[in-house]
Amino acid sequence: MATETVAPARNGQSAESEALVDVRNLKIYFPVMAGFLISRKIAENKAVDDITFSVKRGETLGLVGESGCGKSTTGRAILQLYRPTDGHIYFEGTDLGSLRGNDLRRMRRRMQMIFQDPYASLNPRMSIRDIIGEPLTIHNLGNKSERRERVAELMRIVGLNPYYASRFPHEFSGGQRQRIGVARDEPVSALDVSIQAQIINLLEELQEQFGLTYLFIAHDLAVVRHISDRVVVMYLGHLMEMADRNEIYDNPLHPYTKALLSAVPIPDPVLERKRERIILTGEVPSSLRPPRGCVFHTRCPIAIDECRQVVPEWREAAPGHWVACHRV
Amino acid sequence: MPALLQVKDLKTYFYLEEGVVKAVDGISYDVQEGETLALVGESGCGKSVSALSLLRLIPIPPGRIVTGEVLFDGDDILKLNDDELRKVRGNRIAMVFQEPMTSLNPVLTIGKQITEALELHLRLDRGAATARAIQLLEMVGVAEAERRISDYPHQFSGGMRQRVMIAMAMACNPRLLIADEPTTALDVTIQAQVLEVMARLSREFGTAVIIITHNLGVVARYADRVAVMYAGKIIESSTAENVYGDPRHPYTLGLLNSVPKLHQAAGEKLMPIEGSPPDMVRLPPGCSFYPRCTFRIDQCKEEYPPLQIVAENHYAACWVDVTKGRPSKNGN
Repeated sequence: MATETVAPARNGQSAESEALVDVRNLKIYFPVMAGFLISRKIAENKAVDDITFSVKRGETLGLVGESGCGKSTTGRAILQLYRPTDGHIYFEGTDLGSLRGNDLRRMRRRMQMIFQDPYASLNPRMSIRDIIGEPLTIHNLGNKSERRERVAELMRIVGLNPYYASRFPHEFSGGQRQRIGVARDEPVSALDVSIQAQIINLLEELQEQFGLTYLFIAHDLAVVRHISDRVVVMYLGHLMEMADRNEIYDNPLHPYTKALLSAVPIPDPVLERKRERIILTGEVPSSLRPPRGCVFHTRCPIAIDECRQVVPEWREAAPGHWVACHRV
Repeated sequence: MPALLQVKDLKTYFYLEEGVVKAVDGISYDVQEGETLALVGESGCGKSVSALSLLRLIPIPPGRIVTGEVLFDGDDILKLNDDELRKVRGNRIAMVFQEPMTSLNPVLTIGKQITEALELHLRLDRGAATARAIQLLEMVGVAEAERRISDYPHQFSGGMRQRVMIAMAMACNPRLLIADEPTTALDVTIQAQVLEVMARLSREFGTAVIIITHNLGVVARYADRVAVMYAGKIIESSTAENVYGDPRHPYTLGLLNSVPKLHQAAGEKLMPIEGSPPDMVRLPPGCSFYPRCTFRIDQCKEEYPPLQIVAENHYAACWVDVTKGRPSKNGN
């Protein structure tokens, strides 16, 4: 499981149903530069292209999609690691784009992110003890020996032997590195199912205890169903569908959601071998040259001419069930 | 008819500074012609090392195949000389790895890499090898194979590279294909495409497959038989239906209970296996799963349970009958 969790911290007041995070017509385009001496923009990578959704206070919103769909970019944009090309992100009504300096730092502290690729987020020159302990040091939590003990405890929680604390990232396997990432940011993901279940339970307990809100960004659809209250499906920078978790799994409307769900093999040989599968042909097109009309039409089994010409509207097909598809 | 592959009491150890890691510690299993066996377990359980040992691909040192027999089609692979071994590898037994980029040569075209194997093992001439390579790429669903054969690995996407790896693996029509986490690095829709290609080819050519994975869904879909590994040993093996429907080892039971299931409405808490994966340098005496086991009794602490028959075609290594035993937090 690769997961990114943005966990905006609790805030006491305000109504239950109010949106904690409001994403409005967000666009994140990355310039593609080329040229000798004078570099100029030759293209745009439309990583996120006009998406609108909100995360309600206290809920877990699962954001799913395959590599390159823009889910991580969306998460990073909410943390203000990227500035929007267009659109707005509101956190408790404050437009994050308007914040600078201390205000921005204060806001960021209320959100935490757990990174997907454990190796990219681990500094190869730091020992595991320093990596896991870094947030504690930065935030001045505890003295040196307390921090050491906390690091050992965190390592044990995620299934690493504290004995290896003085080692460096390259001395660990992929699965172990993932767990170092987990230990560093506490609520997280791991590769092994027995540990993954411990972490998922931990995330849920923390949520209950502290009233946390999660934007849970992942590609493991079974985990997302388990942990989320609502689920958003992304494809090539666009939102495809959004609904309550059981609704989206039991009654998917969008052909991409249907294909995505049918591609996940379920751990039951009797059921699994009877299942009808939709195997999508082809691959995800490049976001440098996204298809016209509906971005999914090149792989869609039910696309019609309209899909090749017109971007489908993001609309509420049933109460709380949103979809962008001409065929629904 | 004897099994295509018989692994007998295979032990592969790694001699490290901090001690000996018994990555594979006395495992035995058979693979029949044309069947798909899944080796399942979590990272560090020895499933990959056990597969690499079959082709003697273990780094020596620090690794060493300490003992065992790997009988394949009449030969004991562990006794072959280098020449004989080369004739088996990539020819009669082929392998597909998790990260195709590390097994493809970045400076050679895809065509060159496939035809090389064909020229070496099947003694085809250049023209025939190229024709066959195009045919193989088409077979695994690479579009415009004739043109793409002169592309380099980096010009292929992850899913396409894995298809190329499968094409290369199938090039010499192997009797056995070993696939080590073949789709772990891929997105789910691409994973489904690649696994379907593999399953179709193994059916068409009657190739036996050993698939190594931690994904219990993949196992449920593709495996005829399953061997579950923990701390270097097989702790349960049977048909996929038996292992999922009637698990007999507490670890298997724990694994199945801890995965979130796509087809089940959410709401219930997951039941994780408590504790940490074993420290392979300091395994407890007795059963390695003892510290985490909810069924444990005193005997488990002292003696390692042998893998024994528990039902027709169904083996488990546990002193307790989990169908009768009452799980207790504190042991007996």
